Amino acid sequence: MEKRSNLTRRDLSQAINEQLGFPRNSAGELVDEVFTCLKQTLLKKEKIKLVQFGIFTVRQKSARVGRNPRTGETMEITKRCMVSFKASKQLRARINK
Amino acid sequence: MNKSGLIEAITNETKLPQREACAVINTILDLMTDSLAKGDSIELRGFGSFVVKEYKSYQGRNPKTGQKIKVKPKKLPFFKVGKDLKERVNS
Repeated sequence: MEKRSNLTRRDLSQAINEQLGFPRNSAGELVDEVFTCLKQTLLKKEKIKLVQFGIFTVRQKSARVGRNPRTGETMEITKRCMVSFKASKQLRARINK
Repeated sequence: MNKSGLIEAITNETKLPQREACAVINTILDLMTDSLAKGDSIELRGFGSFVVKEYKSYQGRNPKTGQKIKVKPKKLPFFKVGKDLKERVNS
């Protein structure tokens, strides 16, 4: 099977360094800045819409009764928030091409 | 927030010209898109990770008409929230 690779912050900062000519250390800082900014926005429970890529939303999940799969014990799962992502039509089309 | 909001936030934070902040964001998103298109995964510590999941063909139903349809096999990107973001979005 063909080996799948994993994209990380390092690859992103390398691309910014090579394609845009930013020095290496500031390229790394820029990548961190972008994701910190996205994170801060989600922490404010605000959604993020990135055209061509997708939408990140913070969804409220209501409390429900769950079960510990290991012990079988029932327990209350508290009300919580979660981040979800929906890929844009363009992104889905690219992946399925 | 949309892309121009993000560009504005980066411009304010880094004092970069708007055009350059825009180029940085586009470079990041383009590379992420290319990786997912190749079937690669993405791992961003503190934020989250993306993996491409493959779905087999299955018998589906049109929810509006109830008509049975065959859904072709497809791939979808799946986002898993990072630990730090997951914990902090709840506090």
